[in-house]
Amino acid sequence: MSDQIVTLENATRSFPVPEGHRIYALRGIDLEVSRNEFLTLLGPSGCGKTTLLQAISGFIDLEKGRILIDGKDVTDVPPHRRPVNTVFQNYALFPHMSVGDNTGYALEIAGVPSAERRKRVAEALEMVGLKGLENRRPRQLSGGQQQRVALARAIIARPKLLLLDEPLSALDKNLREAMRIELKTLQHELGISFVFVTHDQEEALTMSDRVAVLNAGQIQQLGTPRAVYDEPATTFVATFVGASNLFEGSRDGNRVITQDGIAIQSNRPAATNAAVTALIRPEQFSLVAANDQPSLDIDVDQVVFVGSSFELLGHTAGGRKLTAMVPASGRQQIGAIEASRKARLYYDPASVHLIATPEAAE
Amino acid sequence: MSARSRQRLELGVLLTPATLFLIAFFVVPLVIMMVMSFLMPGLYGGAEWEFYPHNFGRILGFADPMFEEFDPVYLAIFWRSVRIAALTVLCTFLVCYPAAFQVARLPERWKNFCLFLIALPFFTSLIVRLFVWVLLLRQTGLINEVLLDLHLIDRPLDMIYTDGAIIVGMVYIYVPFMFLPIYASVEKLDWALVRASQDLGAGPVRTFLRVIFPLTLPGVIGGAIIVFIPALGNFVVPEVLGGAKVLMLGNLIEQQFLAARNWPFGSALAMLVMAAMLVALFIYVLTEGRRGSDPALGL
Repeated sequence: MSDQIVTLENATRSFPVPEGHRIYALRGIDLEVSRNEFLTLLGPSGCGKTTLLQAISGFIDLEKGRILIDGKDVTDVPPHRRPVNTVFQNYALFPHMSVGDNTGYALEIAGVPSAERRKRVAEALEMVGLKGLENRRPRQLSGGQQQRVALARAIIARPKLLLLDEPLSALDKNLREAMRIELKTLQHELGISFVFVTHDQEEALTMSDRVAVLNAGQIQQLGTPRAVYDEPATTFVATFVGASNLFEGSRDGNRVITQDGIAIQSNRPAATNAAVTALIRPEQFSLVAANDQPSLDIDVDQVVFVGSSFELLGHTAGGRKLTAMVPASGRQQIGAIEASRKARLYYDPASVHLIATPEAAE
Repeated sequence: MSARSRQRLELGVLLTPATLFLIAFFVVPLVIMMVMSFLMPGLYGGAEWEFYPHNFGRILGFADPMFEEFDPVYLAIFWRSVRIAALTVLCTFLVCYPAAFQVARLPERWKNFCLFLIALPFFTSLIVRLFVWVLLLRQTGLINEVLLDLHLIDRPLDMIYTDGAIIVGMVYIYVPFMFLPIYASVEKLDWALVRASQDLGAGPVRTFLRVIFPLTLPGVIGGAIIVFIPALGNFVVPEVLGGAKVLMLGNLIEQQFLAARNWPFGSALAMLVMAAMLVALFIYVLTEGRRGSDPALGL
C-alpha cells in the first residue's frame, strides 16, 4: 500500500471559450495527496482549482494524464464508483428529503439495512453537532447547520478522500472561523485525507498541512503554509498569499538593486540567476532599529488603524508604493509619523526572501 | 381617508368587473345547474318544479324504479372517460417529460424558440387541427394509403373512430398543457443535486428515481391535473375522431342538453364530473400540504 491516497499525473484539461480558442484549466498537473493529509488548493477564481477537484471526483474527464486513487487508476471510472465524497459549495442538500435521509443517502444507495443506517446517521449528525435533527427539512436549518449536514452526508460512508469545494464561502465571518477549527479537528478524528478548495488565503494557511497555490492551470507552489508564506516560489504566490512589498531588480552581492535605485539587503541564499525579486512582508518592517539594520525612508500617505496594528501606506522618493504593518503598541511613534508624514522602516536582511524572476519568455 | 382604506377601495374598484362577470356567468349558472340536477325532467324539455333525486340514481344505474331497470351504461361511459383521460395524461407525460429535459439543456435563444413552437398550435383552430387527423387516420387517409402502397398491409387499418384515435387527438391537443409545467420544474432543477447524488454513489437510474424524478414531480402532477380535467369533459375530440357514438362524458352531457333535452340529467352529470375533479384536487392539495407546499405549482 502506497502512502499516497491520490496521485495525479500530467492532468490536463482545456475548455473552449466563445472567442474560439481554448483555455487550459489544468496544464499538466502532477500532484500527490498523502494519507491523513489536509491539502488545500488555493488560487484566484479561474485558476483551475475547482476543475482539479472535479477531475478527482470524476465530474470532468481529463484530456491527458491519469488519476490514481489509493493506487487504482480511476481515470475512466464514473463519479458514483469513486471512493471519494464531496462537500459542495452551496451544500446541494436534497430539499425533498429530511436531514436524516440526506445524511444517510450514501448508505441507502449502498444497501445498508435501515436499522444500522439510523444508527450511523445519528452518529454522523452527532459528530457535526446536529444531534437529533434527523426529521428536519434542510430548508428549516440555518446556513451553518446546512453546511454541517452536507459534511455529515459526505463523511458517513467513510470515503478514502473528502473533497471540499469552497464549503465555507457562504457562511458569515465568525461562523467561518469556527468551522475552520472544527474541520481540522474532524479531519484528525476521521483520519481521512481532505482536499480543500478555497480562494481565501487565510483559510488555506490556518487549516492545511500543505497548500498548493494554483494559477492559470498550473501549480505555482506546493508546500507547508509557512513555506508558502515565508518563501514563495514565484511573485504570484508572494502577492496572492499575504500582502507583500516586491523589489524587482538585479542581484549584486547580498543586495538587490532596483531600477529606481533602491538597494535591499538580503542574507538569504542566492538565486541562480542575476534577476531576482526581493520580498518584504509589511509586518517585517519595524519602526525601531535593532543593531544596525538597513532601512527605507518613505513618505507616508495614509495611516490606517486596523485594531491590532497600524497600516502605513506610503511611497519612496522614487514613487514606489510600500505598505508596512506596525504593532498598535507603538502609538507615540505613529503620532510622530502622522505629524511629519515621514517614516523610516527598518528590516532584517535575514528575513528578506529572494524570488528568482522568471525568464521573459513565460 | 386612510391609506389603507383607500387601498382597499382601489382594490374593490379594480376587482369589481371581474367579480361581477364571474357572478353573472359562472356562479349563477352553476347554482341553476345545481338546482336543476334535483328537478324532474319535463316531458318536452325543461324541468318540472318538483324534487327528483333519480337523476343521480340514473348515473349509478338505479333510475326511477317506476320506468327503468338497472342499467350501468352511464357508469360504463364514466369509467371509459376516466380511462381515456388517464391514458391521455400518461401519453402526454411520456412525450413531454424527456422533451422538457432536452429543451432545458438548449442555449437560451433556442429555448425561447422551442417554447414559441409549443405555443404555436394555439394560433390555429382546434377543429381544423382535429380534422387533419381525420384525413390522416381514415380508411382512405394518408397513413393507410402509404402503408397500402408499400404493401405492408393488404387492407386498410381501422384507425379512426376508435378509442386509440380519440387518445391520439387528445394527446395532440393537450401536449402543450403537460409540457409547460414539466418544463418549469425541469428548468429550475438544481443539477448540483444530481452531482451530489452521483458523488454519494448513486448511478444514473438511482439518481433519476431518488432525486431527479421526485424534484420534477410537482410539474408532472400540475401537468397531469390540467390535462386530465379538460380531457375528461372534452366532447369535441370524441365527436370528430370517435364517430357518432356516445363515447365520453362530454358527449353525453352535450347530448342530454341538446338532443335529449333532458336538462336535469345533463346537470346531474356535469355536477358529478365537477365533484370528481374537486375530490381529486382536494386529495392532491392535502398530500402536497403534508409534503411541504411547492411554490412552483402555486397551490
